[in-house]
Amino acid sequence: MDQTENPALQSEAMISLRNLRVSYGDREILHGISFDVMRGETLVILGGSGSGKSTLLRTLVGLERPSSGEIWLKGKNIAAISNEEMDEIRKKIGMSFQGGALFGSMSVGENVALPLREHTKLENPTIEIILRLKLDQVGLAGFENYMPSQLSGGMKKRAAVARALAMDPEILFFDEPSAGLDPIIAAGVDELILDLKKAFHMTIIVVTHELASAFLIADRMVLIDKGNVVAIGTTQEMRASTHPRVRQFLDRVPEPEVSQELDYLQMLTEENRRPSR
Amino acid sequence: MELASQIGGSVTDGLAYLGALARLGVRAAYFTFVAPFQGKPLRMQRAVSQAMQVGVGALPILSLITFFIGLILALQSAYELRKFGALTFVASAVAISMTRELGPLITAVIVIGRSGSAFAAEIGTMKVTEEIDALETMAIDPIHFLVTPKFLAMVVMLPCLTTWANFMGILGGALFGVAQADFTVVTYVKASLDALFLRDILSGLAKSIMFGITITAVGCHEGLSTGAGAEQVGRHTTRAVVVSIFLVILVDLVFTALFFFLSAG
Repeated sequence: MDQTENPALQSEAMISLRNLRVSYGDREILHGISFDVMRGETLVILGGSGSGKSTLLRTLVGLERPSSGEIWLKGKNIAAISNEEMDEIRKKIGMSFQGGALFGSMSVGENVALPLREHTKLENPTIEIILRLKLDQVGLAGFENYMPSQLSGGMKKRAAVARALAMDPEILFFDEPSAGLDPIIAAGVDELILDLKKAFHMTIIVVTHELASAFLIADRMVLIDKGNVVAIGTTQEMRASTHPRVRQFLDRVPEPEVSQELDYLQMLTEENRRPSR
Repeated sequence: MELASQIGGSVTDGLAYLGALARLGVRAAYFTFVAPFQGKPLRMQRAVSQAMQVGVGALPILSLITFFIGLILALQSAYELRKFGALTFVASAVAISMTRELGPLITAVIVIGRSGSAFAAEIGTMKVTEEIDALETMAIDPIHFLVTPKFLAMVVMLPCLTTWANFMGILGGALFGVAQADFTVVTYVKASLDALFLRDILSGLAKSIMFGITITAVGCHEGLSTGAGAEQVGRHTTRAVVVSIFLVILVDLVFTALFFFLSAG
């Protein structure tokens, strides 16, 4: 799986993962993930529930510490840096959480302005201008005085994106951008991601299991299954793939029922053996 | 053998819990006393708004309860003192037990119910909705942003509330004194003040500061250790209340014993 062969993406790698392993307690979730994210591309991380894709995202933004392996981001291996250094990197990345994760006790404007107030010495009028600009970019102009509880699901996500954009990040992460939204609103969020990509040439990493949305926004895709990279490639390559897991995921084939007792036993013991590796 | 290992396990768990509380307290102390000189200013605005909720918001209920407690204390001590015809000692009995013990303790219990539980629920909900994660990805330390203002508010407000509770308790006692023991309000208050030494009041206030630290540490720790799911918030909020009450009583015992032996020595 050598990604550097792809002529369309000759640019340098923004993030490089090398044999990344992550465990919760003694249960290993990710079993050695390696791939590169190129500067300016939109990479969609696909995977079913429990595949480890959310854990991968949390590890990339520094919320989880890997048990081994390397994550190279802006020339630093964030798997092995201090909290202070990680904080410096975090100021250059933006993250939009699944439910928005807006602070309920603050207005939309205060939410978006928070990183600016915390990390910059900008004067209030300047912050106000940036704040309006960011809200305008996500289509929420004029909503700065609303409380998060007064917003609909789609608007909350847009506000969260505005907050993630506040510090002009180089990399933007999305966790399930269309989760819990109706198709029309979800399409609106996809549209927003495409707009951001066009306008800022930002590196965007999206975790999702929504196929339609994934194929719309992605330059390249990674399919994660049971903590391993199954396939990586452009949308065309993924569509053309003959890999059984890729086909199963893209064609939405349900998991085959385990009919044989022996198979079932094997499956159970396999599950048991994996963490101890 | 089984029992011994179980007891050992509980003791280890308990010590680990206290260790976690101490870590939280030390981090908050760092952000209060050290970080402001390293360019990370204290969040005074948040601390003040917390102090309003913790302190001013508690005043009506605290006043009412401690007034009743003072009255109850007067009735109970009069029951015994009456036999010796020493009803005038009601004033000193109420004043001393309020300032040394019940003022700080009742205040702590009310603050646990109002604010300790609220801290756990607030932070726990933020944990469930990924708001704590969001703070971290924005390079904002949740201890600095959320926990430290709460510590500040509690450490300042609990002694204030306790002082008010002492006063209301004495006033409650005065109601009995005036009605039943030939006091006027002025003579009752004067008798109370005569009975009190500064060290009675100060030992009570010192305890109340320790109570404030304990309640905040437990409430915030329970909030931060909330897992996924709304039902976890409820569980940890309940735990925050139960553990806070237990630890406040324990801290009370330790400090009361300490003051006792210090004043004896």
